[in-house]
Amino acid sequence: MDGFGGILLGLGDKLAAHVVLAASAIGLGIAVALPLAVWASRSRAVARIALGFASLVQTIPALALLALFFPILLSLRAVFGEDLPTLGFLPALLALALYALLPILRNAVTAQANLDPGVLEAADGVGMTSWQKLALVEAPLSAPFIMAGIRTASVWTIGAATLSTTIGQPSLGDPIFAGLQTQNWALVLAGCVASAGLALVADSLLGLIETGLATRRRWMWASGLVAVALGVAGALAYQNAGDDKDTVVIAAKQFSEQYILSKLVGAQLEKAGYSVEYRDGLGSAVVHSAVASSDIDISIDYTGTIWTNEMKRTDSAPRDAMYEQIKTWDMETNGVLVLGRLGFENAYAFAMRRDRAEELGVETLADLAPVAPRLTVGGDPEFFERPEWVAVREAYGMRFGETRNFSPTFMYNALVSGEADAISAYTSDGRIAAYNLVVLEDPKEALPSYDAMLMLSPRVAGDDRLKAALEPLIGAIDVEAMRRANYMVDRKDEEKVSPAEAARWLAREIGL
Amino acid sequence: MHETPSRRGGALLTFERVERRYGDAGEVVAVGGVSLEVAAGSFVALVGASGSGKSTLLKTVNTLVEPSAGRVLFAGEDVAEAKPATLRRRIGYVFQGIGLFPHMRVGENIAIGPRLAGESLSEQRIAELLGLVELDADMAERMPDELSGGQRQRVGVARALAGDPELLLMDEPFGALDPITRDALGDTVRGLHDRFGLTTVMVTHDMAEALLLSDRVLVMDAGRIVADESPHALLAGEGGEIAQGLVAVPREQAEKLARMERG
Repeated sequence: MDGFGGILLGLGDKLAAHVVLAASAIGLGIAVALPLAVWASRSRAVARIALGFASLVQTIPALALLALFFPILLSLRAVFGEDLPTLGFLPALLALALYALLPILRNAVTAQANLDPGVLEAADGVGMTSWQKLALVEAPLSAPFIMAGIRTASVWTIGAATLSTTIGQPSLGDPIFAGLQTQNWALVLAGCVASAGLALVADSLLGLIETGLATRRRWMWASGLVAVALGVAGALAYQNAGDDKDTVVIAAKQFSEQYILSKLVGAQLEKAGYSVEYRDGLGSAVVHSAVASSDIDISIDYTGTIWTNEMKRTDSAPRDAMYEQIKTWDMETNGVLVLGRLGFENAYAFAMRRDRAEELGVETLADLAPVAPRLTVGGDPEFFERPEWVAVREAYGMRFGETRNFSPTFMYNALVSGEADAISAYTSDGRIAAYNLVVLEDPKEALPSYDAMLMLSPRVAGDDRLKAALEPLIGAIDVEAMRRANYMVDRKDEEKVSPAEAARWLAREIGL
Repeated sequence: MHETPSRRGGALLTFERVERRYGDAGEVVAVGGVSLEVAAGSFVALVGASGSGKSTLLKTVNTLVEPSAGRVLFAGEDVAEAKPATLRRRIGYVFQGIGLFPHMRVGENIAIGPRLAGESLSEQRIAELLGLVELDADMAERMPDELSGGQRQRVGVARALAGDPELLLMDEPFGALDPITRDALGDTVRGLHDRFGLTTVMVTHDMAEALLLSDRVLVMDAGRIVADESPHALLAGEGGEIAQGLVAVPREQAEKLARMERG
């Protein structure tokens, strides 16, 4: 594992992207909030509506606000055409700017309301037009308070910008999300330290401007302003220097297997001479659309996921038939090329401790059903709402004595300690092998298959060199190998490795 | 600045049945049908208790208050038809709140009116204006919060004079100052009025100040003018009950002081 300092130094491009995103969002927030504040100071109704709206936005969790812009922008494509980006910079910018609105707007409105009435009367009395009054009196006197609002907005925005990782915008959230998933705390800490450090620097520079404005010391606010401008310009320059149109963008959803496979795919492409960029920690729901829109070039998705979530199918189909239908549907509907299956499944399954399964004589779900009323089943909170659970219940008449919810991590601990007799597991989970668990067979095929597939965006679907570079991965990874690679990343002892190292191990294992 | 008194005698300001009502149905009457003329070159004091409508009437002149009915003529023109900014630059305005711009130096405060009209005042002119209100020229570099209350209102007067106004409106200009300062500043203003042939309308609740500074005292009560007399006539007992009630206060104070002096 890389040292903390090394990780921190390697975050240059994420930091640059973070600075550019946050600065743009605050800039947009200011550009919207200030005219709105002027309008609000002249109309009580506008003040009420604007502040009410900004407060309402503030009550939406930042993560949800970011995610909401995906469908909004998708529907706006009807107006602005298919080139409108739905992921990455644009939705992150819009969501964060909305978030930045409230503190700026509120401070600007409050500052105007608290201006000395005598001074305003004098401004009218000496014959100022309303524009002159705004420019010569109201704006300079409100400036320190508005600056305080911008300061608050900046600290919030820099913090919330880490969440833009989930909608495919690189930021300092990338190491945080990747680290949280793979339990690489050095990575999480590095992301947090960098983002907190950035917030502190921005806060003190903007504080300098605020104090300079309040005490009317031009050198002070001017130097603060210059420092902020230099920082943003530097980040922009750094980012543009690294910008490369031929870069292939690879997505990873928020779990270890995805991080490992994206690194494996990336390494194959780098060997073939491509430059590669990773979008880690994407929300599962946005990945497929991002590939369809070529915002992302390559993802690893699962047949069951596409079948239910994208094709909206509620029926079931045999494993191979399902794959073939997805392949045809995705090409025809979205121009997405399903290059092939990797060879393993990450399906829902029921797992039991080996000794417990043998004691009860359970090898399949059919064996489990008669004893289930005496047993406790554990699952992640989502599982008992999913069609897979309904399918199993109906196919086998499964009725457990007790149903308990656990977070995925604690689910395995609960099984090992005997708090649950069976759990809903993922078939490729490394802990199945590590804890010596039995995966129960599903003779009635009630659980849909979740074959891992390589998905290529329309942009790279016709790139034969790229396809040739990825061909060796097709059908090459069996579930045992995937479980072991996953466990290398998920384990918590000193043998834990990074996803990139696990990907290198996996590459050797499958003979690349 | 014109040193010679001009336009003495003719009406510079005319109020024609000016009314100002407040409330949804106009049920609160601040000014109830005032008609009068103010002669060019005169120093008029508008006296009355709080809420008598004197400030409201004054502000209809520079359109800080719009009349509900009637009109105000300034140099023969309806003020409602002039552009407010242009009109106000021709009228000096001094008020109790002073309203110096706290982010501008004293010199910048004084020069603001001409600056709005696109002219810049020379340092020499600013020094001259400071001199008129008996302040040192180096005051120009100070910020308003470094000044005493009296000095600030002196700057306020200098700012009002900077645009060579024909008319000076003063709304309780010395209300927040200590007695010694207000006495000295009152004398200064009266001196400037005479020197430059200004027309001055001053709102005050202090009858002694009105009697000592003005040529003509208007007494307002409940939105109406109830007396319109020279200071001399008021002291001689003219002007009616309300006016005499206001005159009685300084007179009795003066008599008490005279008795004490005699022992």
